[in-house]
Amino acid sequence: MLLIRCPYCEEDRPELEFRHAGEAHLVRPSNMDAMSDAEFERFLFIRQNPKGVVFERWRHVHGCARFFNAARDTITDKFVTTYKAGEPKPTLEGAEE
Amino acid sequence: MAEPIGTLRRPALSDKRAARDTVSIKAADPCLRVALRAPRESVAAVSTALGVALPSRPKMSGSDGARSALWLGPDEWLVLDQAGNEMLPALAKVDAFHSAVDVSHRNVGIIVSGRGAADVINAGCPQDLSLTAFHVGACSRTLLGKIEIVLWRIAEDEFRIECWRSFADYADSLLRVAARDVSSS
Repeated sequence: MLLIRCPYCEEDRPELEFRHAGEAHLVRPSNMDAMSDAEFERFLFIRQNPKGVVFERWRHVHGCARFFNAARDTITDKFVTTYKAGEPKPTLEGAEE
Repeated sequence: MAEPIGTLRRPALSDKRAARDTVSIKAADPCLRVALRAPRESVAAVSTALGVALPSRPKMSGSDGARSALWLGPDEWLVLDQAGNEMLPALAKVDAFHSAVDVSHRNVGIIVSGRGAADVINAGCPQDLSLTAFHVGACSRTLLGKIEIVLWRIAEDEFRIECWRSFADYADSLLRVAARDVSSS
């Protein structure tokens, strides 16, 4: 079983307590009325899905219930780091900007 | 190569006897419960009204007499009153922003105690329940098999499990099967 560090509980906890919640650092546009369908599609559906380090939202749903962000390597499935929601995206080797 | 597992003959009533030897599983007495949310600025005022300091560190619990506050998240607690004293009237007078909901009848408490208590809970709970990781007084929302529970270590070999009422039968059955395995190993 994977152990995932929850930045709010400040310890490694079993993966069963967590739930994946999609790509992190997506900014919801403030001018949706003015967006074209293509732009809206890009915001709502199009994800990067790179090979290597990805930034994801996770939720400690059966623990403290908080959302947080994690950097995970899709090749090794190793969690590089986790950090609280709202904190800036860390600069990591191998990660796309 | 893995050894094949044979079937074991299990005498009638063996479950009950085994459970009595090493682990006791029993329903906790009814108690009052409040699901509490409060931002950091409100914690002091809410603590004063409740008469118990809300713990601010993960997995910590705090008690004063029969009233206990269990840390569930950075701004979330489960408050228990085992003496049956209502908490909402006092909280209603607090001006500081918070949310308190009486969930006394939503939950059922199960007390698991005895030498093998941690092993029995670990049959369905993936957390590290060693005394160094889960000290006496530690509490956490976690899983027991397929259900979510709040686990609270009240003594070295005594735990309180809080689960939702409709899951209580499942929790109790799972613990009893685990107790049979733990006591036969």
